[in-house]
Amino acid sequence: MTNACLTFRDLTLGYNSHPAIHHLNGTIRKGSLTAVVGANGSGKSTLMKGIVGVLKPMAGAVIRAPGVRAAYLPQQSELDRSFPARVVDPVSLGLWPRRGLLGRHTREDRDSVSQALMAVGLGGFEKRPIDTLSGGQLQRTLFARVLLQDADLILLDEPFNAVDSKTVGDLIALIKRWHGEERTVMVVVHDLDLVRRNFPETLLLARQPVAWGETRETLKPENLLRARRFHEAWEENAPWCEPDSHDHDHHDHDHVHGHDHHHGAGPRAA
Amino acid sequence: MDMLYGLFIAPFADFGFMQRALIGSLMLSLGACPVGVFLMLRRMSLSGDAMAHAILPGAAAGFLLYGLEILPMTIGGLIAGIIVALGAGAVSRFTIQREDASMAAFYLISLAIGVLMVSIRGSSVDLMHVLFGTVLALNNEALTLIGGIVVVTLVSLAIFWRALVAECLDPLFLRSVSRLGSPVHFIFLGLVVLNLVGGFQALGTLLSVGLMMLPAAAARFWTARVEPMCVLAVLIGFASCIAGLLLSYHASLPSGPAIILSAGVVYFASILFGTRGILRARIIHHRHRTA
Repeated sequence: MTNACLTFRDLTLGYNSHPAIHHLNGTIRKGSLTAVVGANGSGKSTLMKGIVGVLKPMAGAVIRAPGVRAAYLPQQSELDRSFPARVVDPVSLGLWPRRGLLGRHTREDRDSVSQALMAVGLGGFEKRPIDTLSGGQLQRTLFARVLLQDADLILLDEPFNAVDSKTVGDLIALIKRWHGEERTVMVVVHDLDLVRRNFPETLLLARQPVAWGETRETLKPENLLRARRFHEAWEENAPWCEPDSHDHDHHDHDHVHGHDHHHGAGPRAA
Repeated sequence: MDMLYGLFIAPFADFGFMQRALIGSLMLSLGACPVGVFLMLRRMSLSGDAMAHAILPGAAAGFLLYGLEILPMTIGGLIAGIIVALGAGAVSRFTIQREDASMAAFYLISLAIGVLMVSIRGSSVDLMHVLFGTVLALNNEALTLIGGIVVVTLVSLAIFWRALVAECLDPLFLRSVSRLGSPVHFIFLGLVVLNLVGGFQALGTLLSVGLMMLPAAAARFWTARVEPMCVLAVLIGFASCIAGLLLSYHASLPSGPAIILSAGVVYFASILFGTRGILRARIIHHRHRTA
């Protein structure tokens, strides 16, 4: 377990006492590149929010290895596009982990902002007002900020939304570069072909993990079928989840991920 | 030349009360206008108005206990304003209710308490004084207070600038990299209250928000960046104060409304002629480039 970047311990996340992620156990290895897939409402974004800490767990915990800094690209950014700012302004916020509230932005910092913009194909956009950007350009702007954050753990929630195919290629190349630099990357993706081609590991979610491991294994037709059968709507009179009923499972999992890091869920998926 | 001197300089050179009014109102602009810019950019323009009403019971309590004295009324206003700001802010941060609704609820309760207190003792003249202020009667005590408020405001803005911009521009991102989001929000609300309280002896509780919002709203039509917008708002504030005081002197008008109306004139001019105003955007058709 020494090389775990993230450890989920009996993690339950959700809204209004309805779970969106239900008793998740397992670990994300340092330096791994994991695709998170699943139907709408299967808990992908919720898991991301739980990892970053913007959503507090209803039960259990996400444990980050000490010293790990996370960068997060949300599915729906709360960026206010009517705010009078230029492209460099939101991107420069990515310097926050390095410069904080009061640290001066040096010439090198400004250069690295330009390089980040260049890397996402937005060279020369520095001074453009943000309210003149297209949806895809805005998405790439936010990607540039993630690049600048220089984090060890990178969480991307549907980063390819509204992005043209050429740029998707560029962004995938960036993700692979991060992977090569031993950063831990988790990406929520819908395009399964893209996942098969580019992601070594996959977590298939349907509120609970259906399968988790090597991509080819995880995305087998029977797993996908099981993931599709999950019931998306909340049930208002669903019984309360009692802690006792999960005790056995819990022990099971301890056994499982004691010797293998990523099979937190197999036994309970059905 | 003499006429110009008589029109623009003499009123300030000859009368101490005009000098004090000028110094006080210029200092107010220096602090309140940048705060107004952020209030506007956070879509909280009307919250400023609500806060101005919320100050009333505190000021009234000070008035009931000590009479028409500036310091107790100011401190009372500050306390009432902070209670309302924190209460409304906390409700919106920790429940599903948005800030507009919680702010409205808190300020209406506060305003009712204030009117009740003033009417228990005191005449309608006193109420008028609290509501509309007297910039021409600023004493040393009041000027010192305003000066202190300006220094606190500018220093806080300088320290928290980056966080404040981040909280406006992308609050979710700020939450993901720092815990400053909520504190900065409350510090900002504190600055709003502080500047409204600073303004209320000069302009009254109702009009002090005008010096905060009108220059900011006008500056929005001229620039697409925050820093120049704040500077421009302060300059518009300065111009409005000078124009308003001269107008009030020469035409024997009440000074508070004269200052705010001067800012109103700048606002309407900016809507029409600003680089991002109506005429440039709608009526004059630009040539366009090939790419």
